[in-house]
Amino acid sequence: MTIAKIALALAGLLAAGGAAAQSAGITLPSGAVPPELSGQDNAVVVANCSACHSLDYIVTQPRGKGEQFWRDSVTKMITVYGAPLSPETAQQVVTVLASKFG
Amino acid sequence: MTVIGRRHFLAGAGASLLAGPVLAKEGTYSHPFANGARPLVTMPGKRPLIGLTTRPPQLETPFAVFNEGLLTPNDAFFVRSSQPLLPTSLDTQAFRLAVGGHVERPLQISLAELKSGFPVTEIVAVNQCSGNSRGFFEPRVSGGQWGNGAMGNARWTGVPLRALLDRAGLLAGAREVTFSGLDRPAMTQIPQVIKALDIDHARQDEVLVAYAMNGEDLPFLNGYPLRLVVPGYYGTYWTKHLAEITVLDAAYDGYWMKTAYRIPDNACACVEPGMRPQTTRPIGTMNVRSFLTSHSNGAQVRAGLVELRGIAFDGGNGIAQVLVSPDGGNTWLGTRLGEDIGRFSFREWRLGLELGRGSHSLLVRAVNREGATQPFTPQWQPSGYMRNVVETVRLEVA
Repeated sequence: MTIAKIALALAGLLAAGGAAAQSAGITLPSGAVPPELSGQDNAVVVANCSACHSLDYIVTQPRGKGEQFWRDSVTKMITVYGAPLSPETAQQVVTVLASKFG
Repeated sequence: MTVIGRRHFLAGAGASLLAGPVLAKEGTYSHPFANGARPLVTMPGKRPLIGLTTRPPQLETPFAVFNEGLLTPNDAFFVRSSQPLLPTSLDTQAFRLAVGGHVERPLQISLAELKSGFPVTEIVAVNQCSGNSRGFFEPRVSGGQWGNGAMGNARWTGVPLRALLDRAGLLAGAREVTFSGLDRPAMTQIPQVIKALDIDHARQDEVLVAYAMNGEDLPFLNGYPLRLVVPGYYGTYWTKHLAEITVLDAAYDGYWMKTAYRIPDNACACVEPGMRPQTTRPIGTMNVRSFLTSHSNGAQVRAGLVELRGIAFDGGNGIAQVLVSPDGGNTWLGTRLGEDIGRFSFREWRLGLELGRGSHSLLVRAVNREGATQPFTPQWQPSGYMRNVVETVRLEVA
């Protein structure tokens, strides 16, 4: 790695380890579960989507765009961003999002 | 470098959903489009801003800030992060900026060397997210649902990229330069965000490796310790936490140039609403925009002389004039332009306007020095980039 000397840390690790004398650092929130995605029905969305991003990404999207909108989004997460969802899980996520946000 | 593996990250993310730092909410902000309610949130180095997303952080500047001055304060400057693993701490002594690839002498430059061993220059330039104003697209499109506040204007201090490239020595056949930062995607197999500029663009005077913004260190969320500044170009090229500069003897064809951040390959960079372009090109220079900042839509004012103020900018030709229509577009009045602090900067405009009682729709339209202007009908494209329609602000005069 050409940037081998870079100290890179996530917020939690920074808080645990403290900062060196010449280090500057911040801590960042991870994001809570929005009220619209609380509840057991949405567990498959929370468990899979929040691994990579906070769930406000979902609830701020336009509503009423239809199931294909959500299928396209989930497909992009899998094909472009490598989300490790099985086809069955992906379908469950699409179904929840489409029924919830149309 | 400490690489945070996916297992750690997942564990951290899962736990933090229950017990992580809590995002302080400071009220709400409502965009004038469907599903536009947002929390006002405070993140490190920032005043309460419009929270779009938490992880990775995306924060929007409340529009009233643009009426406070030509420069956007660092603590109000918008934040758009693409990758969730941000460099939240940095050993400033150990940090090295790498310049390599198709060069004679690869460089590893410390922050101290960068600031003392190269020419330093300053430029005022607008940084605007490609998707600024995406929430106004109709039909709506997926992506970050920004209002108009994913833009800002700052005085950037840094070293011309050309000086770094010259020190490294370009080899014959150098064609493009790529840029990547310390931030990382959630998983190692995901393509890291890497952007590219043509070698001729990379060697233009205005392209900087900046270490300061409005006279202070870059805020962490705006790219500390270094970010690329590409005046006139959309923010996707302004690589944050810049760590690697690589000269190529070929065209870069990674995902973030070849597939993402592309626009219809025609003069308007637009297609019929709902359609898809047949051919695309990478997004590049910003189009012309102008805003009224002194009054918000629906504002109530007294009849008589109303002092209007706003901003205009483009991709670097510079603003020639800003026109205001007091009657929905039938007649147009010239405005007084403010101080010119550079062709890449916001330009202020002012106009005193006599308004009688009633509801008035004010239109604002800028023209740049090349004669380019703004469309009256919104131009549409599936990614929701480059909105620059003539803005309308309704005043209720009593």
